[in-house]
Amino acid sequence: MSAHAKAQPVGGPIWTRGFRLITALFAVSAVLMIWRWIVGLGAATDLSDGYPWGLWIAFDVVTGTALGCGGYAMAFLVYIFNKGRYHPLVRPAVLTSALGYTMAALAINLDVGRPLYIYLIPIRPSWWNLNSALLEVALCVMSYVAVLWIELSPAFFERWEAGPEGFLKKLSATFHPIVKKLMVPLLAVGILLPTMHQSSLGSLMLLAGKKLHGLWHTPLLPLLFLISCVGMGYAVVAFEGTLAARVFHRHRETSMLASLGKVTGAVVMGWAVLRLLDIVLRGKVGLLFSFDMYGFFFWLEVALSIVGALMLLSGSRHTEAGQFVASMLIVSSGVLYRIDTYLVAYNPGPNWSYFPTVPEQLITLGIVAFEIMLYVVLVKTFPILSGGTSARAAK
Amino acid sequence: MATNRRALLKGMAAAGAVVASGVTTAEARARKRAPADAIGMLYDATLCIGCKTCVVACKQANGLPPDTSRGDGLWDAPDDLNSKTKNIIKLYKGEGRQSFMKAQCMHCVDPSCINACMMGSLEKREYGVVTWHGERCTGCRYCGVACPYGIPTYEYDKAFPAVVKCEMCAQRKDKPFKPACCEICPVKAVIFGTYADLLVEAKRRLAEHPDRYEPKVFGETDGGGTQVLYLSAAGIPFDKLGLPDLGPEPVPQLQQSIQHGIYQGFIAPAALFAVLAGVIWRNRKAAARGEGVDS
Ligand code: SF4
Ligand code: SF4
Ligand code: SF4
Repeated sequence: MSAHAKAQPVGGPIWTRGFRLITALFAVSAVLMIWRWIVGLGAATDLSDGYPWGLWIAFDVVTGTALGCGGYAMAFLVYIFNKGRYHPLVRPAVLTSALGYTMAALAINLDVGRPLYIYLIPIRPSWWNLNSALLEVALCVMSYVAVLWIELSPAFFERWEAGPEGFLKKLSATFHPIVKKLMVPLLAVGILLPTMHQSSLGSLMLLAGKKLHGLWHTPLLPLLFLISCVGMGYAVVAFEGTLAARVFHRHRETSMLASLGKVTGAVVMGWAVLRLLDIVLRGKVGLLFSFDMYGFFFWLEVALSIVGALMLLSGSRHTEAGQFVASMLIVSSGVLYRIDTYLVAYNPGPNWSYFPTVPEQLITLGIVAFEIMLYVVLVKTFPILSGGTSARAAK
Repeated sequence: MATNRRALLKGMAAAGAVVASGVTTAEARARKRAPADAIGMLYDATLCIGCKTCVVACKQANGLPPDTSRGDGLWDAPDDLNSKTKNIIKLYKGEGRQSFMKAQCMHCVDPSCINACMMGSLEKREYGVVTWHGERCTGCRYCGVACPYGIPTYEYDKAFPAVVKCEMCAQRKDKPFKPACCEICPVKAVIFGTYADLLVEAKRRLAEHPDRYEPKVFGETDGGGTQVLYLSAAGIPFDKLGLPDLGPEPVPQLQQSIQHGIYQGFIAPAALFAVLAGVIWRNRKAAARGEGVDS
């Protein structure tokens, strides 16, 4: 593995103009978060007994964790299929995953009405309802957040070990060897947990029964959610690779991302085919041509993913622009699939409607802003990205 | 590398087989039946005169505040079930006919809401009554997503909300488990009794006046059965009254078959973990020896 480019801190000032802007956005949403706790969900959101779940669950939690599947997808490729050459992509992917999942956890705390009771979940196993898919999701997500930060911790330790004497150095000296020793089970758990909860995020909506439109309600929901999150994971890695290269003026792993693109394309195409096949086998073809809102969103999801996949399976995957556009299409399709399953295709009856309020949207934006802030600070301070201007990544 | 991949595929096949066998066994997930001492209610829409006395009685028995959000604020006039209203009388109007409809928790035999709830905050208690326990509720509202009848409501106007739904008057201090709505109804349109007795009574009415009713007792089998039973006037199908056509399959059946199949005894996840750890370990060892970094 000596051929791998070493990850290095990006360095440079943190308090740039862009960063200040994002901080301001986060500050606004932080105020709104406090306000939401004072006035309750009814005043802050458009949620109702008809639509108990809205933007925060559908986007921040369900979609946010899927966008955070880069670490999962890369771990599969590198550690299971032994494609060691992708190693430089792992750390940034794990960072985005850790951030994505941490933000999802934050959003859950905002969304539930009685958040203190969440903390009873890990300590009161005698109360567990083992039939609840949501319990499984909750336990998995809690553990996975911890696993991701531990997986990432060597990046912190490496930096602190090189730093001045003191607490952090001592901390690293104690824990770095332990983490190294535990890496194998840790990586395995890190693959197992998302396999479990990303599919369960699909299973959750099985319980919505007839309230979920027939184009989305299928026994394959767990499998479709799982495949889709893997595809999204790879696409996010490519997407982030491009952005990071641009913003931090780094060498971009274009050829590595191109071969990764082939894998992504195949996975995403598989998803689209399975999705269509499922409709045919369940005898719901009629719904595909009903030319209503549902049909439109279904076709949009499928079309976005097929075009994205075809681009990655064709010559376009070799160009930076091709990779970027294709991964954008795939990410959009995955986002849409989740929003559709949780909101658009969810119909509790004619007298209910839902559209996220401005504070709801601002809080979601603020959470994303916070995620970007942390990303910038961490990659500038710790050795996470490779391909620095001096060190060219090995092919 | 070939050995690694073979080991992986073998392991995955094994895990897959476990899952598959789990799915097939779980398909036989036992049908839940109402407990022997189950209680319930029978609402006969042909008898109801729409006086809403039961709505008032329910509020009194449950200590619920009036909902004055409509009109000039002088009326307790809820527009649907909500956190101040566990019981409501609705009116269906169509093609020259009309029917009243009483809505409250159906006390399902195999309730979706209970399957949803993480910590067992919703629970089927004595007599098969479905109740909520605040000390376990996270306020996630999955119960609201899961209930096919749209029953659990939530105090959206509070910073520390509770879930509110009919609990068959379980918490009534003077007369626990004696539905106030049934007690007060002046025309006995809604009656209280054991589930078994009520089913017999409903069928007796159907047999006696087949011309008067839709030929079905809603709740006998619907969505796995409900402990609150309904009779509707001939020509007014139940879905017009807001009772969806769920078929006989319990709503949680599909999800539970799949989840139980995958997680039965936690065998499949454990097997998958073992395979993953094994493959990672071999790959890393090979990598450390400088071979098989790439394949
Ligand atoms: S009607 Fe809804 S709330 Fe009542 S028991 Fe059934 S699923 Fe639960
Ligand atoms: S809101 Fe409370 S009662 Fe309903 S499913 Fe969530 S934890 Fe259970
Ligand atoms: S049983 Fe009690 S709580 Fe339920 S609707 Fe009747 S009066 Fe209200």
